[in-house]
Amino acid sequence: MVFIIGAISIGITFLYGCIGEILTEKSGHLNLGIPGIMTFGAAGGCVGVSLYMGGLSDPNNASWFFLILFSILTAALFAAALGAIYSFLTVSLRANQNITGLAITTFGVGLSMFLMESTVDKTYFAKASTYFVKSLPFAEKLGWFGELFLSHGVLVYLAITLALLMAWVLNKTRVGLHLRAVGENPATADAAGINVTVYKYVATCTGSAIAGVGGLFYVMDYLNGSWEYGIEAMGWLAIALVIFTMWRPNLSILGSFLFGGLYIAAEFIVGASSSQKELLKLLPYVVTIVVLIITSVLDSKENQPPAALGLSYFREER
Amino acid sequence: MNNSEREKTVREPLFHIEKRGDISRKKGLLIRGIAILAALIVSGVFSAILLKGNPFVFYEKIIDGAVGTERRIWNLLRETALLLGVALAIVPAFKMKFWNLGGNGQVLVGCLATTACMFYFGGKVPLGLLIVFMMLAGVIAGAIWALIPAIFKAQWKTNESLFTLMMNYIAEGLVAFFLTIWVKTGSGVLNPMRDYKVPEVINSSFIPIIVIVLLTAAMYIYLKYSKQGYEISVVGESENTARYVGINVKKVVIRTLIISGAICGLVGFLLSGAIHGTVSKATHGGMGFTAIMVAWLAKFNPLIMAGTSFFVVFLERGVAEASSYFGVTNTAFPDIVTSIIFFFIIGCEFFIQYRLRFRAKKKSGIAAEKTVVKAEKKDSVEVSEESDDSAKAKKEDKA
Repeated sequence: MVFIIGAISIGITFLYGCIGEILTEKSGHLNLGIPGIMTFGAAGGCVGVSLYMGGLSDPNNASWFFLILFSILTAALFAAALGAIYSFLTVSLRANQNITGLAITTFGVGLSMFLMESTVDKTYFAKASTYFVKSLPFAEKLGWFGELFLSHGVLVYLAITLALLMAWVLNKTRVGLHLRAVGENPATADAAGINVTVYKYVATCTGSAIAGVGGLFYVMDYLNGSWEYGIEAMGWLAIALVIFTMWRPNLSILGSFLFGGLYIAAEFIVGASSSQKELLKLLPYVVTIVVLIITSVLDSKENQPPAALGLSYFREER
Repeated sequence: MNNSEREKTVREPLFHIEKRGDISRKKGLLIRGIAILAALIVSGVFSAILLKGNPFVFYEKIIDGAVGTERRIWNLLRETALLLGVALAIVPAFKMKFWNLGGNGQVLVGCLATTACMFYFGGKVPLGLLIVFMMLAGVIAGAIWALIPAIFKAQWKTNESLFTLMMNYIAEGLVAFFLTIWVKTGSGVLNPMRDYKVPEVINSSFIPIIVIVLLTAAMYIYLKYSKQGYEISVVGESENTARYVGINVKKVVIRTLIISGAICGLVGFLLSGAIHGTVSKATHGGMGFTAIMVAWLAKFNPLIMAGTSFFVVFLERGVAEASSYFGVTNTAFPDIVTSIIFFFIIGCEFFIQYRLRFRAKKKSGIAAEKTVVKAEKKDSVEVSEESDDSAKAKKEDKA
């Protein structure tokens, strides 16, 4: 039971990063800056928390709703700002996406490091974290059911809602259709009157904002308010999860829990020596590779990335 | 530019992008030079604001931090050499459009294999033989680490960028695993094995520098004058063309990645065997990623890469010293400044490939040179700086 709850808890970090990246990739942009964006989003959320808590006359009396809302907004804003730099370079200036993404990651991690270690007041983080992990009020009364499904912090439910919402938007709405068209074949979309640039910008920035909230979740919920640079590794796994779930937001909910389980498996195997634990920690990476191989060997038509992924679009080019 | 002839009811965009046919070498260099200058100004001002210091003092400290003492100069040259080494490893793969993001991991397994030889054979075989072992082990380990994704890429087109990324983490995990076995105290830190290192000539930096200098020359010749080097660029340009002219693409991919990984392994050998005498999860220093950008900036030319890696290391080391002068001791600022510079250089490529033609002013009927480009706050300096620059380029066109 503890294992499953732990797996869900860490899995949500992957889920945020994964659905953010799915949205970006659907517009044809492979954003390798997600690790940096998640880190910077986490830093942004922490700035929000410290601003809110610091601004109160009595920090013990914080409002649950405003604290969470404000920190989500700052996290999303910081992350979207990096997403905007990325999209300016790759959409408007048509720069190489891989190189730009790597630079964004370095930038995001560096800037977060500076923010967190030099300016942000971390006094109230532990206190604020209690608001984030606060479970639904009636969870305890419902036994194992309550513990499994209702005992999580609010950001967990937000992530799952976002994933389902995104699946619906992508597959059932006109906007989603247009976005997929942009990612599959921008020239055709352009000819059909879709504003390719706007779709690319909005998808990338929104995706980044979502991923940034994932960073906030990792720090405030999973780590209970202590700052750590592990978010970068989370980000890379989130990108791998996109392939694992074949660009489907609804599948990514299950995929992220599975990844979460693999990620924490090492801590739950009884009697493993410290060196065996080090090997067990490699599981998620090995599984990702196995999945990459299997999907490429199967090579089925439905499970492919957007056709124009990674390519810049210039209208006058044949 | 017949904008003024069009009907007034048609809303014209502010500017129009068109592809340049060819750009003179001089103009290309000019655009890049302006971008670097702008980047230095922006990052200096940005850092000065964050650190609440004087930007000129910041620049002064950068230079002092990079070349202020003899020791710093040696370190600068050594780090340049190592970064250049990884960049040399990256180049053949990238020229082939194989996105090898696994430089970190390939270097690290090289370090690990080298250290393993020192740990198990140190003192049991003569030092000369040990060093041969270490080097072979490092090179082979690196080659294997790159070979695994290459085989799958060649056979099934498995996504190599994520594959190599995951291999980085597996390499780090393996290092952690061996450290728990080797270090009985459980601290996870292996003390440097000074007695088994490559003997020092002048200091521990000299031999690595010489090795990389030779390697640079070799790689330049390999890529430019050998048949294999030519095959790499054909595969990179178009796989179909390569197949049509009878190049075995799979073979080229696998062979090139073995070379790529082997050079990373060699750098790992230099790091652990000649410099540190030990290994940790962070021995690679993130060079695998930085090297990609270094190689890309130099357009994959090994000789120019020597310059770009010197530039990047100069800044990294200089900024590290400068920011610690202002009281920030972590690696935040080197990261921030180098990535700002990368943003500018990545962005300026656009102005080399494309040209902006601005909407003609209706009243005068003459093309207007001035424009206001809206952009987000952070990029605003970049944009105006570069649109000035493209305007300049346009004037030259007319002349």
